[in-house]
Amino acid sequence: MHNTGATAAVIIRGAKSSWSLEPRELWQHRELLYFLAWRDIKVRYKQTVLGLAWVVIQPLAIALSLSLFLGRLVKGSSEGLPYPLFAYSAMVIWQLFANAFTDSSNSLLANERLITKVYFPRLLVPLSAVLASLLDFSISLLVLALFLGYYRITPTLAIAILPLVVLLAVLIALGVGLWLAALNVKYRDVRYTIGFLAQFWFLATPIAYPTSVVPDRWRVWYGLNPLVGVVEGFRWALRGAGAAPLSLLAVSACVAVAILMSGLYYFRRTEDTFADFI
Amino acid sequence: MVAISCEGIGKRYRIGREERYRTLRDALTEFARAPFRRGASLWRSPASASDPKPELWALKDLCLEVKHGEVLGIIGRNGAGKSTLLKILSRITKPTEGRAEIRGRVGSLLEVGAGVHPELTGRENIYLNGSILGMTRREIDRRFDEIVEFSECGRLLDTPMKHYSSGMYVRLAFAVAAHLETEILFVDEVLSVGDVAFQDKCLGRMKQAAGGGRTVLFVSHNLLAIQALCQRALWLDRGRVIAEGRSAAVISDYLSHVRTSTTEVFYEDPTKAPGNNVVRLRRASVRPLSESNSGSITVRTPLLIEFELWNRKVDLRFDYGFNLYNEYGILVFNTGTVDCRSYPAGLIRASGQIPGDLLNAGVHRIELLVSQNENELILVCPDLLTFEVGDSLSLRGCFYGEWPGAVRPNICWTTEVLG
Repeated sequence: MHNTGATAAVIIRGAKSSWSLEPRELWQHRELLYFLAWRDIKVRYKQTVLGLAWVVIQPLAIALSLSLFLGRLVKGSSEGLPYPLFAYSAMVIWQLFANAFTDSSNSLLANERLITKVYFPRLLVPLSAVLASLLDFSISLLVLALFLGYYRITPTLAIAILPLVVLLAVLIALGVGLWLAALNVKYRDVRYTIGFLAQFWFLATPIAYPTSVVPDRWRVWYGLNPLVGVVEGFRWALRGAGAAPLSLLAVSACVAVAILMSGLYYFRRTEDTFADFI
Repeated sequence: MVAISCEGIGKRYRIGREERYRTLRDALTEFARAPFRRGASLWRSPASASDPKPELWALKDLCLEVKHGEVLGIIGRNGAGKSTLLKILSRITKPTEGRAEIRGRVGSLLEVGAGVHPELTGRENIYLNGSILGMTRREIDRRFDEIVEFSECGRLLDTPMKHYSSGMYVRLAFAVAAHLETEILFVDEVLSVGDVAFQDKCLGRMKQAAGGGRTVLFVSHNLLAIQALCQRALWLDRGRVIAEGRSAAVISDYLSHVRTSTTEVFYEDPTKAPGNNVVRLRRASVRPLSESNSGSITVRTPLLIEFELWNRKVDLRFDYGFNLYNEYGILVFNTGTVDCRSYPAGLIRASGQIPGDLLNAGVHRIELLVSQNENELILVCPDLLTFEVGDSLSLRGCFYGEWPGAVRPNICWTTEVLG
């Protein structure tokens, strides 16, 4: 139990006095964050025959079909990686991003009853969805390690930036998720946009093809998609050869910060009305 | 020491839309129109520049002070603002105006089992639900056995909750909530769940909480429970405080007020009638079955209940019925069709009879219910009809006091002298 001797008064009023993340309150609710993520993970593959295997099947199946249909077209330009590995490694990090952002975008609606009946920092909801997607990721990462072994690729020092790239993917997903989750409460159109957005984003990211196929004059605009840097960085960390895509990563990081900060701001500004609109 | 103080709390909702949420298109057209509206309002005085969207003040100018250790009951009809008040104080929604101050750790129980997941086992849900209600994992660990014992679901602890009966579901969820150890507790209408024995147990638990020096705000339609638990009561109506004071006095005020009866409602204009695109109410009435009985209803009078509904959908399958509550907010009975018949589009009249010698004396309220697909409610009209059943001097022998009980059937007794 908390110390009850000197409880600070909680002030409730209409307008938010200042915009802050209230990290103390978030920290106090860290257990709830854990429980929400744990629930999402527990529930996700209940009553499925294949269970956790789905985590691996999805990216593998897509990587396989890409290899079958597109592998020939980009032959020789898959950045020195065998095409199946080229596609699968990108799929692993892409799936982390896609799951994290779609789940967090839908998270508030999925927890409608909680939002309207219980108080806790609303930020925990999309945050827990992102957290839950990390488990899937770590499993498909293990499979990726097996792949690397099969193709006899030994990681170099470059692997050290892997956690940073993953963090970048997670932050972008969280930023987008915060925006869409908050918008989703008010505008149900968003729900229909998410799937489309994910597909579009998939095509605009060098997963099935290398960045080199993008014409030079488009490269700058293309690089503004923060996932380009993430996927290139992820592949480079595994491959360890060639030049590091530093400028792409830098652009990604800047875009990520912009999305995340604006997402946090919008989310915090609108969260007081979630219970009224959901 | 003051635990809760509110100054001029108000909450406004915008109403008048059938869909509860907005689409992007709405926002875009509004956005496009906004400059014109702003321009137009320059020509009008602010008072007349009324927003075209109707508003509803769920709460208005509410001032309240609750001391530490006090148990306050909140009563009022549906839509009086009781739940809104608890939601504001629990910080689920923000007030439109005013300010409140709360000292102490708050636990709120606005719905039994919010956050319970049917796919998880009872054990898992105890942890999840406890954490959602604000308990730490340590607290849950410590009280786990007590919670399980209270819930009476020990055997099924490792079974997914979707296999639980609805009674067990509620018991487990309430058991978790009952072990919240906060200094301030907000409780909304949660005692009306579960079977009678369990309700008693919950009431006992609430009494314990109330007696233990905790501050409790308690919303209920069950006036008997309010009277038993709370020293003080607050009566809200349409968002405003009507009375506040000793609970017995406030409740009796409230009762004398709600005893105004509405035995017939009629909506000539369908657009103003309660309902939606599927069904809409036209008329509802309750009256004595026989014409000769001129209006007065006693415990002996058979009653005729009629509802007229517009059905907007061709071959809609639905069931209709009603809940009958007495003045203490106790559900006397529920009745209705169960065959999910299909009806043609158009006007439908449903009539049913409540036999004489069934209801007890007092004010009764009828809540109309229309459902489809077995139990999906598509129309609910709370407090649609209100009528008072008068007492009858026959069948009561020499006893002139208030007859106890929710119903008053005329049981035929046979007495045999056996020796």
